Amino acid sequence: MNRAAAPQPAGSADASTASAADSPTASAADAPSAAAEPRPEAFVPKITVRGLNFYYGKAKALNDISLEIPENRVTAFIGPSGCGKSTLLRTFNRMFELYQDQHAQGQVILDGENILHSKSNIARIRSKIGMVFQKPTPFPMSIYDNIAFGIRLYEKLSRGAMDARVEGCLRQAALWDEVKDKLGQSGTSLSGGQQQRLCIARTIAVKPEVLLLDEPCSALDPISTAKVEEMIYQLKAEYTVVIVTHNMQQAARASDYTAFMYLGEVVEFDLTRKIFTAPREARTEDYITGRFG
Amino acid sequence: MISLYARRRAVNIVASSLMFAATCVGLFFLAWILWTTLEFGIAAMHWDLFTKDTPAPGDGGYGLRNAFVGSLILMAIALSIGVPVGLMAGTWLAEYGGRSRMAGLVRFVNDIMLSAPSIEIGLFTYAIMVDPMGHFSAISGGVALSILMIPIIVRTTDEMLKLVGGELREAAIALGAPMWQVVTRITWKAARAGILTGILISLARISGETAPLLFTALNNQFYSTDLRRPIANLPVVIFQFAMSPYANWQQMAWAAAFIAIVFILGISVCSRLLLRSGVKRT
Repeated sequence: MNRAAAPQPAGSADASTASAADSPTASAADAPSAAAEPRPEAFVPKITVRGLNFYYGKAKALNDISLEIPENRVTAFIGPSGCGKSTLLRTFNRMFELYQDQHAQGQVILDGENILHSKSNIARIRSKIGMVFQKPTPFPMSIYDNIAFGIRLYEKLSRGAMDARVEGCLRQAALWDEVKDKLGQSGTSLSGGQQQRLCIARTIAVKPEVLLLDEPCSALDPISTAKVEEMIYQLKAEYTVVIVTHNMQQAARASDYTAFMYLGEVVEFDLTRKIFTAPREARTEDYITGRFG
Repeated sequence: MISLYARRRAVNIVASSLMFAATCVGLFFLAWILWTTLEFGIAAMHWDLFTKDTPAPGDGGYGLRNAFVGSLILMAIALSIGVPVGLMAGTWLAEYGGRSRMAGLVRFVNDIMLSAPSIEIGLFTYAIMVDPMGHFSAISGGVALSILMIPIIVRTTDEMLKLVGGELREAAIALGAPMWQVVTRITWKAARAGILTGILISLARISGETAPLLFTALNNQFYSTDLRRPIANLPVVIFQFAMSPYANWQQMAWAAAFIAIVFILGISVCSRLLLRSGVKRT
């Protein structure tokens, strides 16, 4: 079976036939099984983390993390609260820099460039690495402008080109049909699930290469969650996706690779199927079987 | 057990009656003030108030046009200085200063300014503007009012921007937006109802200030738009005319008081409506 080619055609075929709730489950199960014997050359690292330490003030939150995030795959970070999942995610776009007492040491390498290096242009990095947050965060402007805001930061498009781009992003986020008649309405008028898909559409509008999702479904109902998960599945054809989740079923359904984190360390990183069926570490098994966490 | 609940009920009745009584006392005086002003103010209403200037002492007739125009000019000066300074300082505090020592210091000083007696602000402006210029002037009155206005706008802007969730800011920054765009296009917009309300509240506050104007703009018997000259204004008109021996001047003081109250009431209602519409939208 051709693992490298599997996600793209399978994703688009699944989406059109299967119901929204089922397809991510079925597809996510397919993908790892296709990679039962992972061939090393298929694993192309997009982000490489080396010796990363992270501090909140004097408290160390990440301890010597080394990890490779594969390109065009969905990688899930799981682990109990406070284990550093979100902290690790937030080093990938230097979001922690907004807060004076937080700092990181080590390397986070994106396409050969250490993005923690202070000289790298932060706006350019952030345009390559999009982020979606736990709480939906629509901007206080119209649905249309929510999408256009990010695009205008980098490109000058004609009205027609912008319209097409906005529509494309909303379609990709499976939101177009629900909002096409009210693009002028405030983004905050949408439901929670719609808002979150709007945020994802807004993030992919600036054409990032990596999507960071920080518990994107924790504020959503199951139906909205299923829609977002299906989207994630389709997005990995174009993007490298990293998702932090508290929900182990979600990690099992939606991701190809899973990193189990505990107390600021990556305990185990492997194919999702392996993590959930045959973990090497006892702590991983204890966590996924619900013995702690 | 019954005694426990009986006691709770008794305490509840006593406490609620006390609170109700306190509310009644407050409302009673407010109603009294409003009623008196209404009674005398409406009786003193005259079309000439809006079309004619103040008559000379001893002459009959009515006229406050110069004072209305003067008050509007003073407010315009105060707004044009107070809003940019207050807005920028408040924005700096909320968006850039955060919890730094410098921001703490600025907030502390601002809080002192908030409760500074307005007569001191008048004296200060007298010392830095009126004395060097050699005479009272509209511009110094506007400056004095803007000094009173700034701390209110700084405080409300700071508070309102802090209410905007950190997630929203992070989301915009995560798109790669520069900080100035995050502030002007996202957080200001998210907090605009609250910020505008703060500006309106500060306007309502200064529109009744008399003490600082006595030291700065003073008053003017005549119609004037010259910023370098003394200018007529409602609060000082109320102060001076109410104590004058002329019946028509006393009438005009009541009319001015009535109009000032209606103006402040209008601003308060506007800010309420604004705040409510803002809450609904976000």
